[in-house]
Amino acid sequence: MLFLPLLIPLATAIAGLLAWNRRKLQRLLGVCSSAALLIVGLMLLATVQQQGVISAQAGNWPAPFGITLVADLLSSLLIVATGLMGLCVTVYSLADTDTRQESLGYHPLLQVLLLGICGSFLTGDLFNLYVWFEVMLIASFVLLALGGQREQMEGAIKYVALNLIASALLLAGIGLLYGVTGTLNMAHLAIRLQSMPHTGTIPVIAALLFCAFSIKAAVFPFYFWLPASYHTPPIAVITIFSALLSKVGIYVLIRVFTLIFPQETLAGQPLILAAAGLTMLLGALGAVAQPELRRMLAFCVVSQIGYLLMGLGLFTALALSGSIFFMLHIMAAKSALFLTTGVVARLTGSSSLAELGGLYRRYPLLAALFLVPALSVAGIPPLSGFWGKLALIQAGLQSGQYLMVAVALGVSVLTLYYLTNAWIHIYWKPAPETAAKLQYLPPHRRHQLLAPTLLLALFSLVLGLLPEPLFRLCHSAAEQILNPSSYITAVLGTLP
Amino acid sequence: MEPVLAVVIGGLYAAGMYLMVRRSIVKMIFGLALLGNAANLLIFTVGRLTRGRPPHIPLDATLPSLPVADPVPQALILTAIVIGFGVQAFALVLIKRVYQTVGSDDQDVMVTENQGLATRGTGREGQGDEV
Repeated sequence: MLFLPLLIPLATAIAGLLAWNRRKLQRLLGVCSSAALLIVGLMLLATVQQQGVISAQAGNWPAPFGITLVADLLSSLLIVATGLMGLCVTVYSLADTDTRQESLGYHPLLQVLLLGICGSFLTGDLFNLYVWFEVMLIASFVLLALGGQREQMEGAIKYVALNLIASALLLAGIGLLYGVTGTLNMAHLAIRLQSMPHTGTIPVIAALLFCAFSIKAAVFPFYFWLPASYHTPPIAVITIFSALLSKVGIYVLIRVFTLIFPQETLAGQPLILAAAGLTMLLGALGAVAQPELRRMLAFCVVSQIGYLLMGLGLFTALALSGSIFFMLHIMAAKSALFLTTGVVARLTGSSSLAELGGLYRRYPLLAALFLVPALSVAGIPPLSGFWGKLALIQAGLQSGQYLMVAVALGVSVLTLYYLTNAWIHIYWKPAPETAAKLQYLPPHRRHQLLAPTLLLALFSLVLGLLPEPLFRLCHSAAEQILNPSSYITAVLGTLP
Repeated sequence: MEPVLAVVIGGLYAAGMYLMVRRSIVKMIFGLALLGNAANLLIFTVGRLTRGRPPHIPLDATLPSLPVADPVPQALILTAIVIGFGVQAFALVLIKRVYQTVGSDDQDVMVTENQGLATRGTGREGQGDEV
């Protein structure tokens, strides 16, 4: 059961490589595999809800000696989200990806990326996490550079360099941690570190790992690579990057710093909160200054990462459940924004705010598909973003972090400003005279582009109108994280 | 032995960082390789250095007679080397493609975000880092 989310994308990627010249088969395989991943994710979530945390040992080597896979509520929720995003993006890229990129192996690569992401969510071993990160990274490197435009190359260099530095830091941190504790199994590490004095090397290791994961998650002060590279590749690729890659960084931060380093998290609370606030603020300010839609959305990705980190910084059940809810919401809402931007770029051949205009008259549905997720990201009730922010802000007020709450609220206003401003520019203002003639999209293409976008926007809307079931799930997930004994028992069998 | 390795690791980190802040992307890739090697040596050193004691268990015993060399760090390093090899191979192909499209290995010339900078950069071409 636990191996299925890894086996499905792996098998599909291999099958796709074998069918290298048969692009239709690759497309079909990609869609089927992503759908299967979604179904398996839902089954996994149901199992975890019934039985609590489950674990599996690769090759039957007992933990802590072998490689462990663990699924608790947080990981299984994220596997479901990965399946959903994978499916939407695969369907979207049926119409969006050009023949050249497809013949260079776009679909198998996407599956390898999903494999790395699922692996990172499920692994219970720190070194294994590093390996999954590399699987994910190498696939993302190739996807980012696929096609070889000059602009893409420039983005790829920055992305590759920064991520490799992060990997080197992570590797050093893992090595040092092994030297101090003699284990790499996360549950076992949690126990070993409980009985050790937290002075000297251990806070240093925690800081190293925090930096490494922050680079991956694009947290202040390590966020600058993201806006510098995310605007270059095809829109389907950016969507999956923004929806999943940076969230993997946040997931790992939450996992490692609640399970292995809870003491360092509490001690470093002011620092984590400051990083979260500055990420939000600088991301939003960057977005306000951007006249180009894709760059603006890339900064917006950074800004929202701050909210996710805020939950970890506050370190209460309410805050973490807010973070998890917000993470699921932002995946759907932000992806819907990116996908509509892609449709607009396809119709008009531009994504610069000044060159666009008047699309509302011709495409009211497209305008709604941008407006609903935009308001949701800004946190307007009754859309999904509101509930996530509400939980985070309530938790902030309970912990007495008034400055943090003020920043979070102020950034929401900024977000509302730049997203509605973009909406007005693209859809509402009359088309500028220089605007190019709109491209014609054949109906089957239009459906392939709009169906996933519509699904994600509706997801955001429904999540906003009916937040209760999911929020309760997120709350149990947060409680499970804050009380790691069930996780440790599931991995090691007993609680020593 | 540890102090010597510590100095070597420190030197590798410093050299790697220095190379990474150069403008030439070729040097940047070399810097990344050095950083990776430094991290591998670090794992090797913190995993305790034990000389000439392979972790063999004698036939009549269930545990090896301590102290023995810990095999785990070596397994970790082996994995990291393989991964690093793959990543560096990709990075080398990438910089070759970049050189083909941009015609330079100077990161300042590559900047397309700001046209003014880019033209200024082109004027400096050749004065950047020679490889």
